[in-house]
Amino acid sequence: MATQPFVQLAAGPFTEQESARIRADFPILARTVRDGRPLVYLDSGATSHKPRQVLDAERHFYEHTNAAVHRGAHQLSEEGTDAYESARARIATFIGAAAEQIVFTRNATEALNLIAYAFSNATAGGGGGDGVGERFTIGPGDEVLVTEMEHHSDLVPWQELCRRTGATLRWIPVTADGRLDLTHLDELLTTRTRVCAFTHVSNVLGTVNPVRELADRAHAVGALVVLDACQSVPHLPIDVRELGVDLLAFSGHKMLGPLGIGVLWGRREILDAMPVFLTGGSMIETVTMGGSTYAPVPQKFEAGVPVAAQAVGLAAACDYLGTLGMPRVHAHESALARRLVDGLAARAWVRVLGPEHPADRGSVVSFVVDGVHAHDVGQVLDDAGVAVRVGHHCAWPLHRALGVAATTRASFAAYNTAAEVDALLAALDRVPAIFGLEVAV
Amino acid sequence: MDLYQQLILDHAKAQHGSGLREPFDAEVHHVNPTCGDEVTLRVRIADGAVADISYAAHGCSISTASTSMLFEEVVSQTVEEALSTYAAMRAMLTSRGQDPGDEDVVGDGVALAGVAKYPARVKCALLGWTAFTDALVRAGVDISRTYNPAARS
Repeated sequence: MATQPFVQLAAGPFTEQESARIRADFPILARTVRDGRPLVYLDSGATSHKPRQVLDAERHFYEHTNAAVHRGAHQLSEEGTDAYESARARIATFIGAAAEQIVFTRNATEALNLIAYAFSNATAGGGGGDGVGERFTIGPGDEVLVTEMEHHSDLVPWQELCRRTGATLRWIPVTADGRLDLTHLDELLTTRTRVCAFTHVSNVLGTVNPVRELADRAHAVGALVVLDACQSVPHLPIDVRELGVDLLAFSGHKMLGPLGIGVLWGRREILDAMPVFLTGGSMIETVTMGGSTYAPVPQKFEAGVPVAAQAVGLAAACDYLGTLGMPRVHAHESALARRLVDGLAARAWVRVLGPEHPADRGSVVSFVVDGVHAHDVGQVLDDAGVAVRVGHHCAWPLHRALGVAATTRASFAAYNTAAEVDALLAALDRVPAIFGLEVAV
Repeated sequence: MDLYQQLILDHAKAQHGSGLREPFDAEVHHVNPTCGDEVTLRVRIADGAVADISYAAHGCSISTASTSMLFEEVVSQTVEEALSTYAAMRAMLTSRGQDPGDEDVVGDGVALAGVAKYPARVKCALLGWTAFTDALVRAGVDISRTYNPAARS
C-alpha cells in the first residue's frame, strides 16, 4: 500500500482498485482452503488478519530493537522503551486519548477483569489506589448493571465480582429485534448501581448501543461506566472524549493487530483511584520486605516485562487503519453488511437477527436457517471456503433471550469485498438441498 | 458434501429412541460449550446389559445423529460390549481419517467416519457417547476394568 492517505473526501466504500491494494497487504488472503478454494474470510469479529505493515513492524522490533523495556541502561533497552512508549502514544491518538491513559493488557478480557478486580481489591483493602479508592469499594446492597447482550468477557467477571463481594448483578434485557430494552431503565439504574458495564456494538447482532445516553444516565446516579469497545474501535471512528464513559476496553487482534495485547483506556482520575491488579516487576515504585508502593499510571497496571513487540504491532495497525481512514472503513463494512442483510432477506428460509435499520448496525450479521443447526450451516459454507463463526459467539445468554440455540455469524473487515458476500450467499444456497429443507426458491 | 451422508441426516431427523423414559439408573446432562449443543441422557442397566438409553438432544445434525446411532447400536448390548462399541467409535472419530470404522462394531456409526477429518466436529459426534459413559459411571458401573480412556488417549 502506498503511504499517501486514502481519499477522505467522500466517506464511501473502497473502490475495486482500493480494495485490491488493501487485500494485497494481507498475505493470508492469498491462500486457499479445502482443496484449493480461495479463502473467503468473514470471521474478523472473532479475529482479524494482519497486514504486512503490522507483521513487518513486529519483525523489525525483534530484529533490531529487542530488549526488555523500562529496564537496563543499554542502547537496545533505550530504543525498545522508545518504541514501546511511542506505540502507546500512537494508539492513544487513534482513539483521541492521552498516552498515560492507555494501559496495555493481554487482551480485552484481561482489561475487563482488571476493572472488576479493582473493585474487589479495593473492597479487600488492596493497595495502589490514590486514596479516593472508596469509589471502588463494593458490597451487599450495591449493584452491578450489565446487559443481556454482553459477551461472556463483560459478564462473567461481573458475576464473579458480585459473588466475591455480595453485590447484586442486574441486567438490561434485550428486545426481540436485538436492542437494549430501556423501558425500565430507571428501576435498573439507581443509586445502588456502582458500575454500569455494557458493549458498544453487539458482537452477535451488530446492534450499536446508545453509549452517550446510557453513560449520562449512569453518571446521574453516580455509577462508574465501563464500555466494551471490542467491536467498535476496530470498525468505527472512535473518540473516547465524545463517548462519555469512564473506562473502555478493546483487543488488538480484532483490529488488524497482533494477538496477545489489549488496551484498557480510562479517565486519568479513575485510573489513579483504582487499586492495582497484577503485581510484580515493572509496576512498582519502591519495594521493601515490609511492603511496596506503586508506579503512576499506566505502569502500575503493567506488571512483568512489557509486551513491546505487540504494542509496536498494534500501533502499526492503528497507523494502517488511520491511513485507510476510519470513516471509510466504517462505510465499506456497512455497505458489505447491508449487501448481506439484503441478500439474506431475499431468502425466506433465512432469518436475520438484530435491528432491521442499517444505521443501527455494525458490521456483524448473524442469522439462522430454521431447521438446520448453525454448525451444519457453517460446515457447508466452510466446504466452499467461506469462513464464518457458528455457535453462541460467547454470548450464550443473548442467544437464550432470542430463543435460538446457535447462530451463524458473518463479520467484516476493511479487506472484505462484495464478491465475498456473494460467495457466502451462493454457498448458503446449497443448504436447503443438503438438509432436505423444503423451500420456495 | 461427503460429510453429510444420507444416513446421518436420517438419524438426525428421526432421532431413534429419543425422549426421556423411566425407569433409569442415572441421568446426565452434557454440553458442548463452544457451540451450546446439549444432551440430557438416561441409562438403564439390567442384568449386566444396557436395557435402555433415553435422551433429549439439541444440537447439530452430527451430534443428534450420533446420539441416535448410540441408541441403535448400544441398547441391549452387555455393558462390556457397549464399552467396546464406544471405544471403536471414539477410535474412528479421533483417527483424523485413518480409521474408516468397522460396520460390524459401530453399525450406522461408520457414516460418521468423515467427521474425523474435521477436528472441530469430533466433539459434536462424541457428545452423546461421552454422556453415555458418564451415565454408566454414575449408575455404578466400573468402566475402568473394560475401558480406560486415559490409557488410550
